[in-house]
Amino acid sequence: MRLLTHNMLSSNIKGVTNGFPLRIEAEKVVEKTVEMNADFLKKMFEKIQWKAFIDASRAMGYTELPEEVDPTTLESDEFLSKFHHALLELHLEEGALVCPETGRRFPVNKGIPNMLLHEDEV
Amino acid sequence: MKLKQLESLLGDLQQFSQPKIELEQYPTGPHITSRMLYTAENSFGDVSNKVVADFGCGCGTLGVAAALLSAEHVVGIDIDPESLEIAALNAEELELYLDFIQSNVMDLEWRGQIFDTVVMNPPFGTRQKGVDMDFLHVALKVASQAVYSLHKTSTRDHVKRVAMRDFNAASAEVLCELRYDVPKLYKFHKKKEVDIAVDLWRFVPASH
Ligand SMILES: C[S@@+](CC[C@H](N)C(=O)[O-])C[C@H]1O[C@@H](n2cnc3c(N)ncnc32)[C@H](O)[C@@H]1O
Repeated sequence: MRLLTHNMLSSNIKGVTNGFPLRIEAEKVVEKTVEMNADFLKKMFEKIQWKAFIDASRAMGYTELPEEVDPTTLESDEFLSKFHHALLELHLEEGALVCPETGRRFPVNKGIPNMLLHEDEV
Repeated sequence: MKLKQLESLLGDLQQFSQPKIELEQYPTGPHITSRMLYTAENSFGDVSNKVVADFGCGCGTLGVAAALLSAEHVVGIDIDPESLEIAALNAEELELYLDFIQSNVMDLEWRGQIFDTVVMNPPFGTRQKGVDMDFLHVALKVASQAVYSLHKTSTRDHVKRVAMRDFNAASAEVLCELRYDVPKLYKFHKKKEVDIAVDLWRFVPASH
């Protein structure tokens, strides 16, 4: 699972009001190189929740992203390539996503998070 | 990529080895899938450089087709872990990086209209009544640009009415009618193939 997906998802347990972002427990992270698309990154920058994204990238062991960003940051190629790397090239292969409110763990195996709910959570 | 090339790549994908009846697991064939995604890309620009979801992705055919047509990020969701395992292998085989999530489509919580496009071949609702419309409801909430979906032609009026009136779609259009040969996967199908008429729909969600 890429961090882009992580940034789109909330905890889905019944009754949870602050389910975003899911905390990442990373046991294994893999990197897969893909071509960079600057226009796409600029578009995604508008949609990404930056704080959640920074925290997620740190949980994945990547610490190169700046804490503070503004639209002018996007003019920097160096920034874009880091943003690209964290957003699309890091994959959570083994670990878990944890609901920030209840602490419920959703395991991630072979890159696939299991978000199935128990009967009493629907 | 040419249509023929897309169709032939999709023809090599592995499909359900032991389809589960209750989940309505029948694959979308390469002919239908290639036309569906090709139209989405070439007539509407809804695939390349986009964030695309494949709801009820099964072995990943629609999502893989989107990735082959240069979708930037594809997320496939299915409730069935065995199908997802095949889907992941299919993607790997073609050196495509798709994300997969195991979940009931109706239970996931997304942060708003976070996808550009949703593509899906939902269960027709023959086992679980209304599940096709439940899928559509969610899709129209999370897509900002378009939803492509297959529904039985016999339900055309119903689909249109519910999409426009209850799900607030800005438009709902049948792009073409297709013959869908559901192969004889299940014992209760008497004939070798059950040929049914399905509509390829394009819905435009309300902008929020
Ligand atoms: C008609 S098949 C389509 C499969 C695949 N999209 C394809 O084109 O080959 C429907 C798929 O939806 C999945 N499914 C059924 N109910 C579901 C649900 N509530 N949530 C998620 N997936 C579901 C089934 O496991 C199956 O893979």
